Order: sequence, then structure tokens, then C-alpha cells
Amino acid sequence: MNPKNKNILFNKDLLLTAAKDSFIKLNPGSLIKNPVIFIVAIGSVLTTIIVFIGLFDGNYSSFNLQIAVWLWFTVLFANFAEAIAEGRGKAQAESLRKNRVQTKARKLIGNKDVLISATDLRKGDTVVCEAGDVIPSDGEVIEGIASVDESAITGESAPVIRESGGDRSAVTGGTKVISDRIVIRITTEPGDTFIDRMIALVEGASRQKTPNEIALSILLSGLSIIFLLAVATLPAFFDYGLSASGLPSNQNLTLPVLIALLVCLIPTTIGGLLSAIGISGMDRLIRRNVIATSGRAIEAAGDVDVLLLDKTGTITLGNRMATDFIPAEGVTVEELADAAQLSSLSDETPEGRSIVVLAKEKFNIRGREVHHMNATFIPFTAQTRMSGVDFKAGDGSVQRIRKGSSEAIRSFIQNSNGYYSKQVQDIVSDLSRQGATPLVVAEDSRVLGVIHLKDIVKGGIKQRFAELRKMGIKTVMITGDNPLTAAAIAAEAGVDDFMAEATPEDKLKRIREEQANGHLVGMIGDGTNDAPALAQADIGIAMNSGTQAAREAGNMVDLDSNPTKLIEVVEVGKQLLMTRGSLTTFSIANDVAKYFAIIPAIAVALYAGKDGNGPLSMLNIMNLGSPQSAILSAVIFNALIIILLVPLALKGVRYRPISASLALTRNLFIYGLGGLIVPFIGIKLIDILINL
Amino acid sequence: MTTLDYIQLIVFFSVLTGLTPILGNFMYKVFTGQKHFMLSVYGWLEKLTYRASGIDPRKETDWKSYTFNLLIFNLSGLVFLFLIQVFQSYLPLNPANLPDVSWHSAFNTAVSFITNTNWQGYAGETTLSYFVQMLGLTVQNFVSAATGLAVILAMIRGLSNKSSEKLGNFWVDLTRSTLYVLLPLSILLSVTLVGQGVVQNFKTYDTVQTLEGTEQILPMGPAASQIAIKQLGTNGGGFFNTNSSHPFENPTPFSNFLEMLAILLIPAALTFTYGKMVGSVRQGWTIFSAMLILLLAGLSISLYAEYSANPVFGHLALMEGKETRFGITNSILWATSTSAASNGSVNAMHDSLSPLSGMVAMINIMLGEIIFGGVGAGMYGMIIFVILTVFIAGLMVGRTPEYLGKKIQAFEVQMAMLAILLPNFVILLFSAIASVSNPGLSSINNTGPHGFSEILYAYSSAAGNNGSAFAGLNANTVFYNLTLGIGMLIGRFGVIIPVLAIAGSLGKKMITPTSAGTFRTDNWLFIGLLISVILIVGGLTHFPALSLGPIVEHILMNQNITF
Repeated sequence: MNPKNKNILFNKDLLLTAAKDSFIKLNPGSLIKNPVIFIVAIGSVLTTIIVFIGLFDGNYSSFNLQIAVWLWFTVLFANFAEAIAEGRGKAQAESLRKNRVQTKARKLIGNKDVLISATDLRKGDTVVCEAGDVIPSDGEVIEGIASVDESAITGESAPVIRESGGDRSAVTGGTKVISDRIVIRITTEPGDTFIDRMIALVEGASRQKTPNEIALSILLSGLSIIFLLAVATLPAFFDYGLSASGLPSNQNLTLPVLIALLVCLIPTTIGGLLSAIGISGMDRLIRRNVIATSGRAIEAAGDVDVLLLDKTGTITLGNRMATDFIPAEGVTVEELADAAQLSSLSDETPEGRSIVVLAKEKFNIRGREVHHMNATFIPFTAQTRMSGVDFKAGDGSVQRIRKGSSEAIRSFIQNSNGYYSKQVQDIVSDLSRQGATPLVVAEDSRVLGVIHLKDIVKGGIKQRFAELRKMGIKTVMITGDNPLTAAAIAAEAGVDDFMAEATPEDKLKRIREEQANGHLVGMIGDGTNDAPALAQADIGIAMNSGTQAAREAGNMVDLDSNPTKLIEVVEVGKQLLMTRGSLTTFSIANDVAKYFAIIPAIAVALYAGKDGNGPLSMLNIMNLGSPQSAILSAVIFNALIIILLVPLALKGVRYRPISASLALTRNLFIYGLGGLIVPFIGIKLIDILINL
Repeated sequence: MTTLDYIQLIVFFSVLTGLTPILGNFMYKVFTGQKHFMLSVYGWLEKLTYRASGIDPRKETDWKSYTFNLLIFNLSGLVFLFLIQVFQSYLPLNPANLPDVSWHSAFNTAVSFITNTNWQGYAGETTLSYFVQMLGLTVQNFVSAATGLAVILAMIRGLSNKSSEKLGNFWVDLTRSTLYVLLPLSILLSVTLVGQGVVQNFKTYDTVQTLEGTEQILPMGPAASQIAIKQLGTNGGGFFNTNSSHPFENPTPFSNFLEMLAILLIPAALTFTYGKMVGSVRQGWTIFSAMLILLLAGLSISLYAEYSANPVFGHLALMEGKETRFGITNSILWATSTSAASNGSVNAMHDSLSPLSGMVAMINIMLGEIIFGGVGAGMYGMIIFVILTVFIAGLMVGRTPEYLGKKIQAFEVQMAMLAILLPNFVILLFSAIASVSNPGLSSINNTGPHGFSEILYAYSSAAGNNGSAFAGLNANTVFYNLTLGIGMLIGRFGVIIPVLAIAGSLGKKMITPTSAGTFRTDNWLFIGLLISVILIVGGLTHFPALSLGPIVEHILMNQNITF
């Protein structure tokens, strides 16, 4: 999980382990999971047997031996691709394991706590943790508040707050309490904790084929059967050709040649790389600190075409900021700014601080040390809905400055027989219409003006949404704001649609509606009330800081608790699918060249004239040295291409946020056309090397 | 080729393209139950059919019942056709007193006609009575084509339905296809053909004195009515043995033009109907374009091969076995169309084609009869390749594959692979058996690679439900009648059942709305992709076999060796 070492694709240990594992994977039980490679393995065994029989009856053929060797390499290379993808996951799992120390738990029985082993904890037990304790298992805080160091799973060293109730109640086993005391109810059985599942996931132990992988495997198996049929019937056709050309039928194709042809034709490239692509897709997600509960979820991420995004934190910075002072008639801007700053000097909310900063930046009004000024601060309360400051003058009179919502200030003014002007009212409704929050400032019975508080849209987010739109993904902003405010922010951020005054039920309803129209919906959430929507969404990413309920409901967990992660997850999904499609296309396109290498080679003797070169040698358009070198070159190319494409399978094809048509054109040009041309060049080069 | 040849080709394809939306739109109205002018003519007959057979036309079924009804219907046809052949001497309308047909030939012919193949191992005029020709063959010519239409209609509903199991009513589709599409077009065509001189009577065979003074028997019979539907329904089974090279079947250049047009007419128009029914005419034209490009490519190669000098005989294009009355261009256009459209009728002998044009005909068939293909069958065969293309290439846009908003998943891929595998299984395995076994080899007429081509062509023709033959092969033997019969059954129902299963599965799925992230299936890029997948997946399988047949023969011919 450590963000360090992120970009190292291979290292020596990894390569060695993977090399060892590729031999272990020769076990038929694991080979059979990959039908294409299994066929190659059977071919290798048969060819090897033929080589050995040849040794004993004097028909030893070095050609057969070379074929056998390269067939074994084909199998080993495919195994290696899978092993190295798994190996990278295992390395991560190892580091997770180290963090999972054997801990003791202080189980609460009645009012006493008893020390037991963490592995003896069952779901529903309650334990107590104090500063310095490692939380023994996943659970929910039911009492108290504490800061917790979660670096073991997130890699993030800053401690986070965990408290009972609310949306920050979930704790993860293996993390450490730094301060205070909390009582935790255990919510998982041992062996099924979050860390356990993470380890299993990154190790690939619980890896199952995803739906698209299954479908692709069926396609590859189907193609293999067709080619098996084409190759198996070839000796019969050949036999006819031999007798028609007056040749003895013992010149028919040998089994090693047929096997070589078969192996070249069946889609070994994608067959060998398929599981590596899947594992590394999961891996790329983990490197972004997102844990998916299944590979299916990553695939769905590529398909998502509607994203429900919470306004706060995803689209806006989360806090409103003061951006302008609009004075009432007869008041100067400076006067207003001064009063606004005074009223906010002790206001520790982000809004309050932004007012102080704005006044300072715009009018150079410095923050003052207010306790010298006989001031009393009036904090914001839900009842008054205002905050401000009272200054006691020398004569005992009190100067009262207040800022607050327009209704609150209106009643404040009217109480002191002041006049709330129509002009101020207009400013207020004008700002509301723009989606801003107006904050009215008053001094005693006089309204000074309005502070323009605005949601600040995150930098670059508009461009991000434009990219998503290009990729055909619709963005929907979810907010509790009123429709006016929501519409204004939606327009500024460039989202496609918004839901104002949204309740969790609305969210769930919206997801169902979108799904009923055939859309796949992705969302990110954290609270307990998000859980139904997270469960309903096709991609539900729960923030790690969220509640246990949310984490259980989603199919992904974002360890960084970063709401924009949703967009990255979609990109990882798309990249995974693109990689799979591109390599499939490449693999199938390869066949054309292999036919032109092998068919003329095997049919050279048929209908041959005096020079011994049959008419079909005309198809030898690559001008390969000899029939044997042609077959061998094709087999060698077929094996080498697997190992050469391993880095691509692990890294994924290059991904850019472009429309489907552009992405297709691009990938088709590189992998389709490339797949047609590359083997012609590759086979020719290998043939030259062999014949040196 | 002369300017006239070019003009004729241009006229031919312009007329075909022009008729596509007209007939396509009419069929769209018929199949979606809208108002159309034929209702006033045959509407009563449709209602009567339902009432007489107790069918509720509003009752739609799921794919399993749809398939079951289709199979039952075809099985009854098979049994009936078999019986009337083996007992034809006891049945009326047999003026030539033809004897009962052998069991294996009867089986072969029965299968051949219910599967829309119309492979004929026998000579029509010397084997089958008028009764069998009319009540057996002609009826099957209609309903086997209508069956093909029913299957593609079910497929279209599967593609356009939103989460519904219902694929329509097989009996309604069958009735409407026959009454409103096949019957009126056939009547129109047969009347025109009779005007051109095609025979249509119940007379006994005429005996005439030839100029040389010898006696010649002129076969008669109700030919025009069967010829119209054999062309329109992509059946191809001729009334006479030499099919449309017989002057009574195809007397004039105009009749030749019409008969060629009729081969491609309904399959071409169906692409438009398809587009209209799935809600995007562009989708239909995309498929039309892919088909047309493949057809024209094959046609060009064939024409090139035929017009090139044959080194053995000097620089004249060879006329032996060609349609001497209408010229080589017409022979080749017919051969290309008939092999592409799974029709199988001929006006020239494919055995006499140059090796390359013979190969083009063979490839047209081997690709699965999807270049226009059989009525309905070509379209649903093409959908199988569309599904494969979408599945292979669709991933490259970063989404799981979908076609027309329907997700293509494991089940669809499995069924699509099955539909591709089974016909290939027939072609490869049966050809292999025939080319190494005595009963297989003893029927061959030619030596060398050409003999092999005859075998390969026969099984391709059976598996693709085409029905044409490299005439050199004597196929009326127990071995060929049985293996070809089984091959035709697998080639027909081994595709239909997976296709209907796909339709059933797709129908239940949601439709993902189109967006910028959708893999487009209605542009030139997709046409190119589709053609590549067809050639690589459908074609490469046969490359080894073809190299041992026509390819090697072509090269040898250029080295002055013929067979």
C-alpha cells in the first residue's frame, strides 16, 4: 500500500519468483483453467514424447526437438505472465501482513475488560481500546471519540478521527488508537476482516474470472476448437493431395508439424496474457488506494455512464468563501468590509476566516487584536442564526455588529427599530439567484450591506467533466442546496445535470430511474444513509472514513476517502477493457502472417515439378529460408510475442479520455494493423537468424 | 470485358440498391403489423389461416416455444416430403410414370428443401412427379424461406425489445412472410417469366424431331411458378436438371436479368427492414454495405480470373460450361450472386469456372452464406458475425461489448461460436472423411486438386444451405445423400437454434442508451472491422483446405497443368 515503489514494474526478486512459479504452474490442475494454453501444453507433451521415441528408434529429429522446446517455452511464458502479475500483488500482500501483528484484545464483559487473543473475537463482541492499542478487528465505535492512525492500510500518516454515531464510526483492524478511549463493537468474524480480504484480493487468492473474461475465454476456446478442426482434418486433405501428386502417403504431415500449426493459429497471445491483464487491472486500482471487492466491479467501472457526484468535496472545495462585499445605500465598501471583518475575527469557521482574508486582501484592513477592545463575541447558534461582536464603549453604550442570514438580520434590525431597505433585499435575492449565499451585515439598527459567500468550484474540475462527457459519461451533481444555488454551481462546474435538496431516498430513486433506462450508475458515499444507494449503484465506492454500513454496501472502498476517486476508478476500468480488447485483436490479426509462413512450408512437396518446389511455395511471400525454418520461426515468434507483451499487459494500453470512436480508431490502428504487420516482420527476422 | 458488360453490372447493382429501401419498407410494414396494400388482397386469407388452424395471432411466445414451433413445423415438412417421394408412383399428377424415389435420395431431397438448400442429387425431370414438385418442393420453397424470415424477425425483436421474453408468434411470422412477401413477388415474377417464354403447364413430355433428324424429348411442366420462388426464396432447386441454363427455365436476357435480381432482392431488402425495425436505418445500410463490398470483391476476382487468358488454351476466355447465350459476365454475376446468397440456382456450371472464380464461389459459401445470404438466413448469419466483431473490437473503446445497446456476454458469445462452429464442422470433417474414403472418392469426376474442390464444394454447399454444386461430383449415392443430408440439417438448425437462443437472451436485456462512449456500429470503420472479422474468423479456417484445392489448381493452371 505504500505509495513508494509505485512505478517499478519489475524487480529482480519478483522476476525470480515469477520464473519459479511458471514451472509450478505446469501442474495440469492449474493449466486446465486456461484452455488455450492447456492445448499448447498437450501439444508440448506429445511432441516431447515423439522426440524421445525418435531417440530410441533412430528417427531422432532435431527439428522436432526444437519445436518441442519452443512449445514448452510458449506454455512457460504464458505461466510467467500470470505469475508476475500475481507476484506484484503478493509483494503488496506481504507488506500488509507485516502490519497485521498478533494483537490482544480487551473484551468487555459486563463492566470489566478481559484480555483475550484477537483471533478469539467474534462478531458482536465489544472491546475497549485506549491510546497505544492496536484495534483488534473491524468494528464500529459505539462509545467515545479517538484519533486513529490508519497508515497501515492507507499509507497516510496523518491520524483520523473516529467517533461513535455519525458517519465516521467505522474502524479497521490493524490500525492504532493514538489518543483517547473508544468502545468498539466487532462487526466481522476473524479471517474475514478488511485486511484479510485485502490480502486475499491482492494475492489473487479469491480471484474469480469476471463476466467479460468468461465470455472472452469462451470466444478463445471456440476459436481454438475451429482451428483444431481445421488442423485435424488437414492430413486427410493432404492425403488426397499426395495421392493426386503421385506421392506416397507416408510423406503426410507429421504430428509435430500439425501441432506447430495448431499452436500458431489458436489465440495463444491473448490466452496467455488474459489473466495477467485482469490481475494487473486490480493492481492498478490498489495502487490508487482503491480496493474492489471483485474484478466484476472494475469491469462495471468501465461501463458506467452516469456518475452521481456529491457537490461538497467532489465538485466544490467544501467550504463557502467570501468573494465580494456589496454595501447598502449610504455605506462605503470600506465601512462594510471593516464591520464584516470585525464580526468575523473570532469566527473560526472557514467562511468566517475567508471574510477576514478578503477584507485584508481587498482593502488592506488588518486583523486586530480584539480582546484589547472590550469586545464580546457572539457565536453562531442555531436559534439566532447570526454571529458577531459587541463592543462596549467608554460611555457604557454597546456597539453591536452582526452578520447572518437575511431573515435573521431583518428581525435583528426590526427589533432595534431599524429599517431593512428594499435595496438590500434586492441584493440578497440577486445573490441567491446566482447560487451564492448572501450574508447580511448590520451594525445596531443599520444594515451595512451584504457579503457574497460563494461555493468555490475545484480547479480543473470543469475540464475533467468535459473529458467525461467526451467519453460519453454523464455527471449528476447531488446537493442539499436549494435549486437556485444548485443550478448556478452546476453551470459553473459544467456538470450535465443536478439534483437539488436531495435526500438519500432521492438518490436511491434517481439511481433506480437511471438503471431502468439502461444506464450504469457510479457513485461514491460515506454515510449510513448512503448505504442503500451504494448497494443499488453499479459502482458504489465507499470512503474508508465512512461507516461500516457504507463500506459493506459498496463494491469498492477508497482508502484515501477522496471523492474524485470515482473518476479515476472509471478510467482504470476502461483501460482494463481496452487492454483486453486490443490484445485480443492483436492476437487474432497475427494469424494471417502465420498462415503464410506455415501453409507453403508444409505443402511444398505437393504437385511438385522437377525442381521439387510445389506450386504452393508461391504463397511463401515472406521468402522464408526453408520449410522447417519457416515453421520454427512461426512457433518461436508465437512464443516470444507473449513475453514481449507482458509489460503492456501489466501496464495497460495507453489511456486517454477521448470518445469511443477516436479510441477505437487509435487502438485499431496500433493493435489491429500492427497485429497484421508485426508477425510478418518478426517471423522473417527470426527466419534470417535461424538460417545464419 | 466490353462497355456493355460494365453498363449491365452498373444497371444491375443500381436496380438492386434502388429496390432495397422500397421492398425493405414494405416488409417493415408487413412484419410490424402496419397497414399495407396487400392486406386488402390477402388479409382475408391470413385471418382464415389463423381461424382454421386455431392460432391466436396476438399471443407472443418466448424463444423456446418459438424454436419449438419452428422445429415441429419443419419436421412435419420433412416427413411429408419424404413420404410423398417414396410413394410418388401411387400419387396423382405423374404423367411420365416416374417410379418411387430411393429412401436415401428422398431423405436427402426432403432435408434439402426444408432447409432452403435445394441441393439436388437427382435430375428433376426424370425423378420427381408434378405432384412432388408442386405440393412438396414448391410449398417448401415458400415456407423454408418464410422460416428464415421468421428467425430474423425473432432476432430483431430480441435486439429491439426492452427486457421482454416475448419474441413474437412463429405462425404469424410464417403466414405473413408467405402471404404478403413471397407469394405476391412470386406471382409477379412468374407471370413476367411466362411472358418471356418459361413453360407453365401439366402436359406430358413432348417428343420432337430435331434438325439432325433425331428424336428429342422436351420436358414440360409447371416450371415458371417454381422458378419464381426458387430465385426469390434463395432456394435454387431447378425444375429441370440443368437449372436456369435450360431455355425453358431461362429463355431470354431479360428473364436472366430478372432471375439474377430475384436472387439478391429479398436478402438485400431485408437489411433495410432490419435497420428500420431496430430503429436506425443506418444500421441496415451498414450491413448492406458490408455485404455489397464482399460481393463486389468476389465478383471482381472472378471476372478477372475468367477474362484472363488461360495459358493452356490461349488467350480466349473459356466458354465451356458457361451460359453461352448471355456471355461470361452474366455467368459470373449469376455464379457470384447464387453462391453469396445461398441460392444455388445456376446458369453456368461451377465445375467449369476457372479455379479462382470457383474458389470465390466456394468462399462465398464457406463464410457462412452471409453475403446477402439466404432469405432471413443471410441476415441472421451476418448478425452472428456482427456480434463477434462487436465482442472482439468493442472492448477497445473501454466498455464491455454491446450491440444496439444490448450487452454481449458469455451466453451470446457461446451461441455465436456454436453457430459458426457447427457449419465449419460439417465442411471440414465430412470433406476429410470423403477425401480419404472409397465411397467418397468413387464419386469424383476429375483428378487432382479439382476433384478435391468438388468434394469441398459439395459439403460447403450443404453446410451453407446453398445447394449449388461443382457438377462433376456424382452425389446421388447412399454415402453422399446421407452425409450431405445430415450436413444440411446441421448447417440449418445448428445456426437457427443458437440464433434464436441469442434472440431470447438479448430480448431480456436492458438497452443501454447511445452516448459518445458507445462503440459505433453504423460507420465505415465498423464495416471495415466486420469484413476483417468475417475474413479472418470465417475465412482463415478454410485457407489450408482452399490452398490444397482451388489455389494450387490456379497456380498449376498458370504452369500449364490442368485437370
